[in-house]
Amino acid sequence: MIYKRKRSESIALYTFLILLAALAIVPFYMMIINSTHTTVEISQRVWLTPGSAILDNYEIIQGKVDIWRGFLSSTIIAVPSVLLSAFFSTLTAYGFAKFRFKGKEAFFWLILGTMMVPQQLGLIGYYDLCVKLGLIDSFLPLIIPSAANAAMVFFIRAYIQSSIPDSLIEAAIIDGAGEFYIFMRIVFPLALPSIATMSIFTFISKWNDLIGPLVLLNSADKFPMPVVVSNIRGLYEMNFGAIYLGVTISIIPILLVVITFSKRIISGLTVGAVKG
Amino acid sequence: MSGRKFAFFKNRNNKGYLFILPFFLVMLTFQIYPIISTLNLSFTAPLNMFENKFVGIANYERLLTNEIFLKSIFNTWFMWLLGFIPQMIFALGLAVILYEWQVWGKDAFRTIFFLPNLVTAASIGVLFAVLLDWQTGTLNHVLLTMKIIDEPINWLSKSGMARGSVAFIQWWMWFGNTAIIVMAGLSSISGELYEAAFIDGAGKVQTFFRITLPLLRPILLYIVITSLIGGLQIFDIPRVLTNGRGAPDNAITTMVLYLYNQAFKNFNIGYAASVAYTLFFMILFFSIISFKLISGKKQKGDDEI
Repeated sequence: MIYKRKRSESIALYTFLILLAALAIVPFYMMIINSTHTTVEISQRVWLTPGSAILDNYEIIQGKVDIWRGFLSSTIIAVPSVLLSAFFSTLTAYGFAKFRFKGKEAFFWLILGTMMVPQQLGLIGYYDLCVKLGLIDSFLPLIIPSAANAAMVFFIRAYIQSSIPDSLIEAAIIDGAGEFYIFMRIVFPLALPSIATMSIFTFISKWNDLIGPLVLLNSADKFPMPVVVSNIRGLYEMNFGAIYLGVTISIIPILLVVITFSKRIISGLTVGAVKG
Repeated sequence: MSGRKFAFFKNRNNKGYLFILPFFLVMLTFQIYPIISTLNLSFTAPLNMFENKFVGIANYERLLTNEIFLKSIFNTWFMWLLGFIPQMIFALGLAVILYEWQVWGKDAFRTIFFLPNLVTAASIGVLFAVLLDWQTGTLNHVLLTMKIIDEPINWLSKSGMARGSVAFIQWWMWFGNTAIIVMAGLSSISGELYEAAFIDGAGKVQTFFRITLPLLRPILLYIVITSLIGGLQIFDIPRVLTNGRGAPDNAITTMVLYLYNQAFKNFNIGYAASVAYTLFFMILFFSIISFKLISGKKQKGDDEI
């Protein structure tokens, strides 16, 4: 229901919204501006316009740590994780959505149950397992668990149930198509909108993960972006220009992803809430 | 044997097992097994470099008398509530404004409000650490220029200020996200109810408390529980803000930061495992309480209408 409102109410409303929006953006703006100033300039006053020290700051960063290696490691972890979870989640979601087998309900409740379990609960045991398997300092233990992504199964299952008719699959069976062929050629492409939405979330959460790599990786040249960034402060101590630039470089890809896909992300965000 | 196997899958529905099998293999190996072995480890203490010995509930006993751990429980709850309550108020306000009122640029506002939520928490932590810096930080410069303060405030060196800063960052990161979820809840409330209330002469405030809020209960429950699960596990921001020390005086050492430091700095694996299970039962207990409180009220409210 839309209320009519007075002029004074409108002014108050927009003032509030704009102030709040400024609060959400200003830290990022200051970050970008400060990354182009020298530490001396930053310590003198507030800057609202860019300076000219960005290349100097960049050289200071690269002098101690190769920030692009952090990028590379993050990509090596995040991209295969997304592919794995996209494939296996859809496989599982299809199994739950279109087959009627004994114990299906119980299996599904088990999946929902793991969604409620705090992530850190198994961390120690997982570390212990990786030590025993000799997988410490390898990217594998950060990637493989992505094949079991409960939230993604939940979301894609609902999508398959509501948008892929049984008759389509039955027709393919009558035409003699194999089960895996049906999955790859019919189910997967048709479920793609939901897979894409969830993949954005998987990518972001993998890219942002700090505690996993912190626990499982030892070599500095394997550290992904969040670990590199969290070490930046210790490395450059008082060199604020360089710290701001490092943070800026680490944040820009995520900002781009969020702004590009904001509609899709927002619609994905609310599905769990309304159905759950 | 293989003949019987084949017969089993002749019923097409049984092929469903094959589709869900890989998921459950990975889940059992990499999620369920570690959870169980963490429980086992929580009853052990190191015997030597390679072996552990069974110590019963000694770790838990030690934990519940450890001052720093008890402090970390307080810190975690304090910072969560200090961030969560304003987050909820802002989210409800914003959702009602953006959903019910005609606002120009609605989508843009929505995206901007929720932007901080998905940005790497580690980066946010470093960013605020430098913005809040005592001498060179931008925030102090702004406040000094505007003559709001006379001398720079050392935001991260006093316990109260440091906890407040973490709570503020949490609020800043989450209010937009929560507002979007509340908006989804609002969109599922039928417009007819509002029209009926309007005809009956109910005011905006009355409508909000009598119709909107009661019908939002399922969504509010979802928000409280997900925020509880996430908030009690807060790690990235406090760790990065203080370079892992939880300083000053452990004021922002959270339960998971304590767990991490015990396990991977002091190598008290068994002891840290008992922290994990204490945290788990705490989350479970309070999730059930919030469920009872929020959905219990719902039925009472239904009777009244």
